Amino acid sequence: MLWGIVLLALVSLLTFVIFYVLPSADPAQLRAGRDASPATLHQIRVSLGLNRPLPAQYWTYVTHLVFHADLGYSYFSGASVGSLLIDRLPATISLTLGAVVVWLLVAVPLGVISAVRRGTWVDKLTTGGALLGVSAPVYWLGLVALYLFADDIGKWPLLPGAGSYVPFTDNPGKWFASLILPWLVLASTFAAVYARLLRGNMIEVLSEDYVRTARAKGLSERRVVWRHGLRAAVTPLVTLAGLDIGLLLGGAVLTETVFDIPGIGRLNYDAIIHADYPVIQGTVLLAACFVIVANIVVDVGYAYLDPRVRAA
Amino acid sequence: MSAADAAGAVLSVEDLRVGFDTRDGLVQAVDGVSFAVAPGRTLGIVGESGSGKTVAATTAMGLSRGPRVRVSGRVLLDGEDLLDAAPQRLRALRGDAIAMVFQDPLSALHPLLRVGAQIGEAVRAHRPGVSRAAARARAVELLEWVAIPNAGQRVDAYPHELSGGMRQRAMIAMALANEPRVLIADEPTTALDVTVQAQILALLRRLRDELGMAMVLITHDLGVVAETADEVAVMYAGRIVEQSPAGELFAAPRHPYTWGLLRSMPRVDAPAGAALVPIPGRPPSLIHPPSGCRFHPRCPYVRERHRSEDPALEPLPDAPGHRVACLLPEAERRVAWARLATGATPAQARAAIEPAGEEGRV
Repeated sequence: MLWGIVLLALVSLLTFVIFYVLPSADPAQLRAGRDASPATLHQIRVSLGLNRPLPAQYWTYVTHLVFHADLGYSYFSGASVGSLLIDRLPATISLTLGAVVVWLLVAVPLGVISAVRRGTWVDKLTTGGALLGVSAPVYWLGLVALYLFADDIGKWPLLPGAGSYVPFTDNPGKWFASLILPWLVLASTFAAVYARLLRGNMIEVLSEDYVRTARAKGLSERRVVWRHGLRAAVTPLVTLAGLDIGLLLGGAVLTETVFDIPGIGRLNYDAIIHADYPVIQGTVLLAACFVIVANIVVDVGYAYLDPRVRAA
Repeated sequence: MSAADAAGAVLSVEDLRVGFDTRDGLVQAVDGVSFAVAPGRTLGIVGESGSGKTVAATTAMGLSRGPRVRVSGRVLLDGEDLLDAAPQRLRALRGDAIAMVFQDPLSALHPLLRVGAQIGEAVRAHRPGVSRAAARARAVELLEWVAIPNAGQRVDAYPHELSGGMRQRAMIAMALANEPRVLIADEPTTALDVTVQAQILALLRRLRDELGMAMVLITHDLGVVAETADEVAVMYAGRIVEQSPAGELFAAPRHPYTWGLLRSMPRVDAPAGAALVPIPGRPPSLIHPPSGCRFHPRCPYVRERHRSEDPALEPLPDAPGHRVACLLPEAERRVAWARLATGATPAQARAAIEPAGEEGRV
């Protein structure tokens, strides 16, 4: 718990240093426009607090955050960063959780079957598919998916395309339809990696003595594989899934950008384009929070899944 | 065939051969092994690691089936051949009529499932009508039967929460869940402390007598066999080289390999001053086994003829229940063992049987 807080402090300091000390663009310049006078620029700097010494800026930021839960205000829109994050969170959560379901539903059966039928066409097909899934970048895969299936530009206009995201609370049906392509695209890489990992784990587990014991008891092969084998092989995968979920909740920048989903990742992307430092800080801190929480959840979850860890 | 192979046997293995196709060639792990066990009796199978004893057992259980496994012979359980039984039939018999206890209970029990669940599963696999609760009750009963204290609580323990001896008791309880007619115990005490070993062997004997089941006890430890087995088969390089009633094997062994095993283990009844003598060399390759008698490269009594002639397992003239695969004349074997039993070294025993002028050891 303590290391989590320390880590958050470090992350905030690091992002602060990267963007304020070594800025990629001058936020005042971006706000003032191309031909602004030095006086205007100075005025904007003063109003944003950018003229104060950097340690003072950082101190103000941290004290506001800790004592008022205040993440500052966007340079670009003027909205509070906190409200921006809360607005964008549902889309990212929808995207992440749906993708997790898809990739686990694909990876678990594929991993198990290719382990059991090692060397057969199922295995080879999975291996080839996994290679494709891993090597295809999400933004490329996303664009291909849009060109093939999006209802505006697609060759076969089957599904809502980019920018069609609707909040669940507005229209669950449209929400679901709009997320099908992003879910599949985001899940593809993970499904490939997870299927390969599970295959490796399963092959190892199926040669364990306790699997032989399960067979010696006269259990059906299905039960041997899906209960005794999978139960042991899936545990490391659950850990990994926890960490990946934490990572994605911090914003799936590429997927959200390609499909124009108003999530944390998209917010982060726009903030970088606009040199909107408070928003960048906010999204990065939120992502760090998710990763840290995911780590804690995974540690607790692992103890639940593996009783041997509980004892230690 | 010995007396035990009579019609009364519940398990009889006939000319079992098991080979594994590997990149380096066919590993003939079991090469023509036959034995039989009657209800209430125990056959001990003794040999070094790599002698094929475990492969013979797992093959009998149908646990070594696979695309690279070459199996021939017959494994008859109450007259039904397990080697060509359909997978479904084999599944129905495994854990029900014939069960197995493995060497290391820590790796042989599922680490993530409760002991009671693993035992209950063995019950329900063969009695689908049994409810979960009834299976659990049966698991408690079985744990009590194998003398695990506080069985009612231990039933919910995970394997790592039990001691080594407890784990092996739980493993035995699981194997006996459906009161099998044959129990194969593969090195059941090897992973345990010496004091616990004796308890587990006593438990196995008690359960064998209570159930009247036939038991095959596989071990590298002649001491384990001496305590428990009625009959002993000594395996070397995939074959049985000596087989006899247990008492006779220890009193009058007839194979140089058995002598080697006996002389390489400490015995209370050994003559004072008799040193332990290890068997020289290593177990032979099973891809290219030695020519002639397979033991000849390690045998202190080897003669020229033994390098080319392969001895058959044949009964002794005066004890038909005692069979040996050795080319030495029976009279000489008798003299050699008499020397060894009184503490002579293998070299001294060889000198006693070596006729002057014979080509001898090369």
